[in-house]
Order: sequence, then C-alpha cells, then structure tokens
Amino acid sequence: MKHPIFRLVVSGIVLLFFSACAIAENDFARQRHALVTAIKTETAGTRGYLDSESLDQRVIEALLKVPRHEFVPDAERPFAYANRPLPIGYGQTISQPLIVAIMTDLLKLNKSGRVLEVGTGSGYQAAMLAELADNVYTIEIIEPLAKWASANLKRAGYDTVHTRTGDGYYGWEEAAPFDAIVVTAVASHIPPPLIKQLKPGGRMVIPVGAPFMTQYLVLVTKDADGKIGTRQILPVNFVPLTGRH
Amino acid sequence: MKPHLPLLAAVAIISASALAYEVLLMRLFSIIQWHHFAYMMISLALLGYGVSGVFLALNRDRLVKLFPTWTMANMLLFSCSAPMCFLLAQYIPFNPAEMLWTPMQLWNLCSIYLILALPFFFTANVAGLALYRYKDRVSSIYAADLSGAGIGSIGIMLLLFLLFPEKILTVLMLSGVVATLLVSSHDLERSKPWVMLSVIIGLTAIITPSASIALKVSPYKTLNQLLQLPGTQIIGRYSSPLGLIDIVKSGTTPLRHAPGLSLNAATEPPEQLAVFTDADNMTAITRYDGNPQTLGYLDQTTSALPYHLKRHADVLILGAGTGSDVLQANYHAIKHIDAVELNPQIVELVQRKYAGFTGYLYSSAHVDVHVDEARGYLAATGKTYNLVNLSLLDAFGASAAGLYSMAENYLYTEQAVREYLRHVSPDGYLSITRWIKIPPRDEAKLLATVIGALKTAGIAQPRQQIVMIRGWQTSTLLVKRGIISADEIARLKQFCNERSFDPVYYPGITEQEANRFNVQQQPYLYRAATALLGDRSQAFIDAYKFNIEPATDDKPYLFHFFKWRTLPEISSLMASGGSFLLESGYLLLIAALVQAVLASLLLIVLPLRLWKNKLGIEPDSGNHLPLLAYFFCLGLAFLFIEIAFIQKFMLILHHPLYAITVVLSTFLLSAGAGSYFSTRLTAGTETPILMLPIGVIALLSVNYALGFGTIAEFLLKTGSLSRYLFSVILIAPLGFCMGMPFPVALAKISRTNPALIPWAWGINGCASVISAILATLIAMQFGFTVLIFLAVGLYGLAAWCFPRLA
Repeated sequence: MKHPIFRLVVSGIVLLFFSACAIAENDFARQRHALVTAIKTETAGTRGYLDSESLDQRVIEALLKVPRHEFVPDAERPFAYANRPLPIGYGQTISQPLIVAIMTDLLKLNKSGRVLEVGTGSGYQAAMLAELADNVYTIEIIEPLAKWASANLKRAGYDTVHTRTGDGYYGWEEAAPFDAIVVTAVASHIPPPLIKQLKPGGRMVIPVGAPFMTQYLVLVTKDADGKIGTRQILPVNFVPLTGRH
Repeated sequence: MKPHLPLLAAVAIISASALAYEVLLMRLFSIIQWHHFAYMMISLALLGYGVSGVFLALNRDRLVKLFPTWTMANMLLFSCSAPMCFLLAQYIPFNPAEMLWTPMQLWNLCSIYLILALPFFFTANVAGLALYRYKDRVSSIYAADLSGAGIGSIGIMLLLFLLFPEKILTVLMLSGVVATLLVSSHDLERSKPWVMLSVIIGLTAIITPSASIALKVSPYKTLNQLLQLPGTQIIGRYSSPLGLIDIVKSGTTPLRHAPGLSLNAATEPPEQLAVFTDADNMTAITRYDGNPQTLGYLDQTTSALPYHLKRHADVLILGAGTGSDVLQANYHAIKHIDAVELNPQIVELVQRKYAGFTGYLYSSAHVDVHVDEARGYLAATGKTYNLVNLSLLDAFGASAAGLYSMAENYLYTEQAVREYLRHVSPDGYLSITRWIKIPPRDEAKLLATVIGALKTAGIAQPRQQIVMIRGWQTSTLLVKRGIISADEIARLKQFCNERSFDPVYYPGITEQEANRFNVQQQPYLYRAATALLGDRSQAFIDAYKFNIEPATDDKPYLFHFFKWRTLPEISSLMASGGSFLLESGYLLLIAALVQAVLASLLLIVLPLRLWKNKLGIEPDSGNHLPLLAYFFCLGLAFLFIEIAFIQKFMLILHHPLYAITVVLSTFLLSAGAGSYFSTRLTAGTETPILMLPIGVIALLSVNYALGFGTIAEFLLKTGSLSRYLFSVILIAPLGFCMGMPFPVALAKISRTNPALIPWAWGINGCASVISAILATLIAMQFGFTVLIFLAVGLYGLAAWCFPRLA
C-alpha cells in the first residue's frame, strides 16, 4: 500500500470513479431540466382543463429536484428523463412524468399537509409528494416492490416518507385524516374507507386507464360539509367537437 | 401422372393442420397478449405462403426431382416448428402496451411474424410442390388442400373443447408425423429413414412433459397483476373456443369487484372469486348467503336505475356472466329472471361448481338460465319483459384502449336495439350500461345507434322515451316502451341525488342539471344526447372528432371510433399524454395492411425484376401480368365472400362459434368438391365454361346480399337445426363454384407454361393475406354488402384476365 505508484493508481481510479459519477449526475440534472421544460410547454395547453394558468411553481421545483433515475430499474436508467411511462417489473409502471406533475398539482398540497399514497410503485410519486408536504404516507401491496421503493426513497434522501407493505383499501387509519390522497393502484371502484379518511376540503386524485396509458384523471373533492364530488380531467387539451355542428 | 391416395390424404392433413394452427395461434396469442395483436401477428405470419410460392418458383425443377423427400421433410419440419416457433415467439419480450413509447417493440413484433411464418412456409411448400408435381391433376391436389382446411376448421373447434390450447400443439405435431407416414407408405423401402425420424418425433411429442409447453402471459394482463397480490392463487382453469377461464381466489386481500360504485356507498362487496377470460376481462362470482342486505352495494351503481323507476315483475338479463346483474335483480326482489349467457362453462361454474358459494343463484326457482347468444335467444322466444338489461359486457381496460375497434359486435346495432325493444313489454325498459370514457366515444355512438333505431322503427318522439345517467365510471341508458312520466323523472332525480350521479338526459332536462356531481370539462354527453335527438343529428355526428355513426348489422362496429380527420390533431398531442386518444386497434389494422402489401410487393415484384427467367417467364413476354392479376383477384375475392357471409350468417345462426365453424367448413368443403369437379370443365373450351361458375358466384352472392333480409326473416322462423341445414344448403353451391376458378386456371397454365404454377400459388397466398385484413377495413368503412359487391367485381376482373393467361 505504501508504494507510490500503487497509491497513484488507486487515487486515479477513485478520482475517475467519482468524476464519472459526477458527470453522470450532471448529465441526469441536464436531462431533468430538459424534461421539466418540456412538461411546462405541454401543460401550458392544458390550462383550461386544470383551472390554472400553469403548473404550481413548487411542483416544477420538485420535478427539478427529485432524481427520477433513482426510481427506475437499472435497465431503464437511460430513459429515466424521457417523458414516458417506464416498466418497473411485477406488471407495474412508473407514470409518465407529465401525468405525475399534473396529479401532484391537482392535490394542491401545503407544506404542513398530510398526504397518503395508495400504490407506492417505485417511490417516485412519494418523493414528489415529500418535496411538497412534510407528512407523506405510502402503502404498497406487492412486497418486493414495497422493499425496492423503500430503498429507493432512502437512497434518494427521502427518509421521512412513511412506507408500509399491505392493502391500501382501508387507507392508513392511524395517520388519518388526510389533506390529500393519491390512488395510483387502480381499483374497480374508489374505496369508501379512503373517502372517509379524506379531510373536509381534501382532494383525492386517481389516474384511470390501462398500463402505460393514463386515459384521464379523477379528482375527488370533499367539501366542508363532507359532500363528495368528482371532476374527470383529460390530461391533454382535446375537445371532441369541432364546433361546426 | 396421378397422385396416390395417401399423398392426397397427407396434403389434406397438412392443410387441416395449417388451418388449425392458425386458429390455435389466435387463441394462444389472445391469451398471452391481446386479440388485436394476435390478429395482426397471425395475418402477417401467413405470408409464409407467399414466401413458399416464390421459393418454389425459383427452385421448382430441383425440388420436384426430390418430391417425396422434400414433401416428407417439410411435413416433419412443420411438426417440429409448430410448437417450437410458438414457444420461441412467446419468449420475445414484446410488450404491445409500450409500442407507442418504444420503437424497439416494432422489431420484436417483426421477429414474431418471421418466426411464426416458418410453420406456414413448410405447409405451403407441401401443397405448392404437389401442385407442380401433379400439374395434370391440380384439381385433385387443390381439392385435398381445401377439403383438409374444411376438416381442420371443424377439428380445431372440437380440440379446443377437449384440450387446453397449449396441449393442441402436441396434436399438431403428431398430425405432421401421420402425414409423413402416409407419404412414406407409398414407397416404404426407400422411406425408411423418414419413418424412423417420424417415429422419433412422434414419441418425443408424446413423452414430452406437458409442463414444458407453458403459456407466458403478459405481466400487464389483469390476471397476472392480481396474482401479484399475496396469497392469491388460481383455483380452477377451464378452456373452450370461447376462451380460457381462470378462477382466482384472493388470499389476505379481498377482491372487492364493484365497478361503477357510487362515491356515497359505504358498503363493500361480500367475498368474491375473480373470473378471467383469456387472462383479462375480469368478472366476479360473489358469495350470496340469501341475505339481500349483503348485496346493498349493487344498488349503488348506475345500472340500478330501472329498479327505482317502477316495480318490475320479470327481467331479462342478457350476458348474465357470473351473475352480478342477477344478484342486482334479486336485491330488488324481482319475481322472475331470465338470464342469458353464451359461455356454458361460466354457467356451469355458477350453477354447479360454485353453486353453494353463490347461494344456488342459477338454480333458484325464480331464475331461468339459458345458454344462448343474446339475439339468438330473443329470435326464438316470444316473451316480453318489464326490463331487458345489458350491463358492462366488456372489460374497461380493453374497451378504453380502443382494442375492440375491429371486433364485430351484433349486440349494439340498430337492428339489435329494435329486437330488444320488441321484447320489452309496454311501459317497460331496455337498459344498457357502459363504461365512461373521456372524451365520450362509445356512449355517444350507442346513443346515436339507439336514437337511429327508434327513428327507423317509426317512433315519432324518441326524446320522450329516453333517459340516461352517469357516475364517475359508468353510464346507464334507458329506453322506455312508452312516454317517460313526470313521476319517473322525479324518481330518477332522487336516485341520482342520493348517489351523486348526474342525469345526462331526460325529457325537459336543462344543461345546468347535467354536470354537477361528476364534473366534466363540458357536459359532453348531455350535448350529444340533445343534438342527436334534435333535427341536426347528422351535422353533430359529422362534426364529432370520433366516428359515432350508428352501428348497424351491416357495419357492426360499435367500437370503431377512428376518423382520419382527427389523426393530425391526436398525433400532435402524443407527447402531451394524448396517446390514449389513438384508436390503436384500427391503426394496427392499417399497419398490418401496409406491411402485408409491402411484403407482397417484395415477394411478387422483386423476383419478377431479378429472376424473371428463373420464374419461367419468357423475356419480353407480357403474359405474366394477366396471370398475376387473375390469381391476385381470386385470392382477394375468395376471402371477401367467405368473410362477408360468415358475418351475414352469424345473424341467422347467432352462436359465433357454431356459425363460423359451419359457414367456414361448408365453404371450404364445398369449394374442395368444386375443385375436384372442375376437371370436367377443363376438358372442353375453357373461357365459356369458366364464365359459368363465375356467373353463378355473382348471381348467388348478389342475390344473397340483396335478399338477405328476406332469407333471415324466413330462416329465423324455423327451428335451430333447420337454420343450420338451410344455411349449409345456401352456402354449398356458392362454395362449390368458388372452388373452380383456381384449379381451372392452373390446369390451363399446366398445358402452356407449367413453370408458373408455383408463382401463381405464391401470388394467391399473398393476396389471401391482404384480403383478410382488407376485408375487415372495407367492412368497417362501407359494410359487408359492399364487400360482397367488390368480390363479385374482382371475380369479373379475373374472368376478363382468364383468356389472356396463356
């Protein structure tokens, strides 16, 4: 170990390794920036559907900050910042970043808010939520996915996210009520216990569609009197009538 | 030279096996992938026939010297490749769901075509070379080929009833072995090595453990997704040509299948078993202990509306499936329920296997279960009902992704709606529940279809007879046989208010009422309903960005929404999450057609440019062009007529399986007989005699197409057996004549330029591939009647080319 040439070689390798990592991180950051620019452009056309001029600046900042490449399988890392859904195994996908951005925006989260996610998947959505709210709870029913997501979240520095393996149908009773709920694991219906665990004034978002293809988003709202309503939101600016009729 | 009988039998067996393999691949790929991809893959794999034609055309003289060896080798190669190619193809990581995102998936898809084309290449080699070898007796070879296909179409249906689809691969393997042994029996001494090899392959097929041929179902199919949940397991599996049924029991996490449940619902479903058809289309068998209170959740869906408008004495449930609509009727204390379900295995499950679990639901005194196709049942019964109900007959996922666009569906056509209404008693209702889609497509098209049906039935004021509501996930449309009363409207409003559903339409509705609980960007369906019920309905249909023209029996495509005009707009939205707006089923069909045309051009034009001499075409001779046109026209026209009449006769025979099997096998067997008989036509002057079968084809086709309403009306009044018998009698002469033009022309070529026989075989193969895809596209756009007239035109063109074949 004391030999100077040997030391030089080892130092060189270590330096090379760290510089490679730094270059890769820089590259990912650049790609993330490009992705966010694309999302901003694309959501500009959807303002009529989202009832806002543009995405919340805090959502954009979260998109710029959360390292999506830490939440995809190694084989998919080169595509981590493509604006497309990716397979994560077990028949599940990580949603298209655009859809994640719109869903997160629709929740209208406060920093002190309490948010529940049903269907952790890779943990990316939970990380996005953690950038916007202090109390994030996430449940995943597929055990290997839950473990992987938990490790992803820790590695990316989201230690405060509460993770659990289990059935999300009954929500997270001990932590309820929630200001916001995201149900990414599609069920045949919206579980009544989740509606119960939504605070008056709270918002719940559910993507509807097949794998790799979100058709529309359902925004469930509970008003101050506990009355439930939904909004069916198309994630793109498309009107089915030409207006010529 | 005359072909010996064992050879003809072997050709027939190989032809039967090829047809069976084609149908089997459709089943297998529908299970492991999705039906529309299966259709595209197998359509293009059939290009193996075209490749074989070119291959034989370029090597004919070398191969014909080795005829028995070459034939046996191809038969055994089919034996081995049929299972191997399927196994290999299912290991290609093709994920259709990712196609729009990853171009790499296209290569995977192409690899699957190429692999699956191999077995068809081998089977085509057998018939193609036999046609060349026995050029004086082409009619016998072609007759064996067609008759074999006819027998194959019956055989595969029987096998699909008896065996799991993957096991049938072994049967096909053995059929290739039997065919080889038949050929070898003619000259046993010289064929000893082939006999040995056949026995080895046969024994391998028999002793190979069945587990080695396992289906690799896509992880994105709902069955596999459910199986990811801890403790979930398959507890039963049943197979028939109608689909592979899996029964799944959940472990620690209950199933809770309750689509369309109101957000105000507080109850959850009792214990359920999931039932999957082809690893998708999930429904549930629900535990029922006789206490209706446990079924309260079924009153919290839009389909419960008709039970709240008035009390019903009897209800007809079409597509009863695993029984949730019957349970819903039970919950509302209906005195008598007729439940119609097509799939006997589903009925068997509820009625026997899980009878105790379901509280003997299908054996209850007040429930009569009929295993029948919905319109077939209605055609045979004179009964009327207070309520005729059709609810969510297709799964959300496939329906939403546009995967059904090319599938014919006779349940949602103007004629079907009129038939349903004929069986609704005065003041009763027809109720149709469907999935919500944003932006609306099938709900709007269904509205247009129902309104169209009412208008053509002479109903003066359809707007007084329709109500429609929607939740966040489903919508329910009611058509009353009478005027909707103020009391019914009041009840509808109460029903909606209690469940946070929105009225879409009722007589006197205002726009403000139509978009309160489940808010859409605009009250799309309300506007569709009011526009379609108004005077400018056609203008609304034209202006809509999706195809919502009413579906009819001639164009039975409720799920075909594609409009070319909208494509540029949707394409521009692809990156912004708009990919779901693409009607992928229709576009895949177009993609398949483009690929088939390009491949055919490659297979036909390239050899013509590069190896004209080798093909047997004399330099500076233009004679090959009429030949090309003749066999291409025949390839197109034969399948156009076959496909159109399968669909037409389905309206008489009703049951999709039996209708397809009877019509297809009658066509093929009678065409085989026609081919055999055609030798008598080739003895005299060719042209006038060829005009005879073509004239009969034109006459029968046009008469059947124009007079189909009368034929159907007559046949529907007869019994089931007579309907099948009359259908066979009607089709057989048509098929008989359709079997003649091909061998007559080959016989003519065999006298003037026999070298062109394999090339003609290849052209016909390419045209058949294009024909199957093109027929669906034409029917979607213009209807089956137009398809028949086009086929007649193509036969006419072939007749014009015939004298120029020499």
